[in-house]
Amino acid sequence: MYKWIHQFGSPKYFYDISIPLSKWVAIICAICFVSGLYGGLVLAPADYQQGDSFRIIYLHVPAAWMSLFVYLIIAFSGAISLIWHIKITDIIARASAPIGASFTFLALITGAIWGKPMWGTYWVWDARLTSELILLLLYLGYIALQSAFDDKRIAARAGAILALIGVINIPIIHYSVEWWSTLHQGPTISKFDKPSIHLTMLIPLLLMVIAFKTFYITTLLIRARSEILEYECNSSWVKKYVTK
Amino acid sequence: MNVIHHGSKNMSLNNFLSMGGYAIYVWSAYGISFIVLFLNITLAIRDEHKTRNEIKKRLQNNKK
Repeated sequence: MYKWIHQFGSPKYFYDISIPLSKWVAIICAICFVSGLYGGLVLAPADYQQGDSFRIIYLHVPAAWMSLFVYLIIAFSGAISLIWHIKITDIIARASAPIGASFTFLALITGAIWGKPMWGTYWVWDARLTSELILLLLYLGYIALQSAFDDKRIAARAGAILALIGVINIPIIHYSVEWWSTLHQGPTISKFDKPSIHLTMLIPLLLMVIAFKTFYITTLLIRARSEILEYECNSSWVKKYVTK
Repeated sequence: MNVIHHGSKNMSLNNFLSMGGYAIYVWSAYGISFIVLFLNITLAIRDEHKTRNEIKKRLQNNKK
C-alpha cells in the first residue's frame, strides 16, 4: 500500500499512467453524456409541475455537485501537500481549480436560467445561491493566488491555506436549504428511502452525474500532465519524452 | 398516409425543439454549458501541447 502511494506520488509514474487512463475515462464520459442527454431530453417525460423546464436539472445538479466535489479535492490535496510536501497533490489542486470554477459558474448560470420561469426571477440573495456565489469567488481567489507567485511551491502553500479556510462554506452550501427558508427546492435524489423523482427521470440524471465526474477526471489528467512537464522540465525523463 | 406520417414527424421535432414553451430557457442553458465544457477540454489540450513545445524549444536552444 505504502509503495503504491509512493509510486503514485511520483510525477513520472502519474504521467505514464495518466495517458491511457485519460483516454478510457474520456470514452466513458462520452458514452454517459450521449445516453444521459438522450434520456434526459427525449425519453424522460415532462415534469407534472415544471413542464419541460425541469430538463435543466440534467446540467444544474451535476454541475452543482461537482462544484462542491472539486473544491473538496482541492482542499484535501492542499492539506496533504501542506503536511507531507507531495508534489503531485500540489499539481492536482492547481489543475482542478479552473475546472471547479467552470462547474460553479455553470451551476449558477443554469440555476438562474431555470429560476426565471419557475420563480419569476434570475437571482435572489438567499442562502443557497449566495453561498454558491461565494464558492465561485473562492475558486477565483485560488486561481488568482496561483498566478500571483513566481515560486510554485509558495503559491501551492498559499492556495492550500485559502482552500482549507474556505471549506467552511461547503457544509453551508449543502445544508443551506434545510437551515434557512429559501426559494431553492430541497434535495432531489439524496432521499434514498423515498426518492422524489421517477426512474425515467432519475437514470439520465445519474448518467449525467457520471458524465460530469468523468469529464472532470479527463480534464484534470490533461491539465496535470502539462503541470508535471513544467515542474519536471529539468529531469531526464521529460527531456527524453519531449524530444522523442 | 405518407403525408400524415411526414407531418407528425415534423410535429414531434417541433414539439421537441419548443420544449413545451420553455425553449429559450432549456436551450440557452444547454448551449452555455456546452460552450463552457468545450472550452475546458480544448484549452487543457492546447496547454499540454504548448508546454511540451516550449520545453522542446528550450532544450534545443540549450544545445546550441
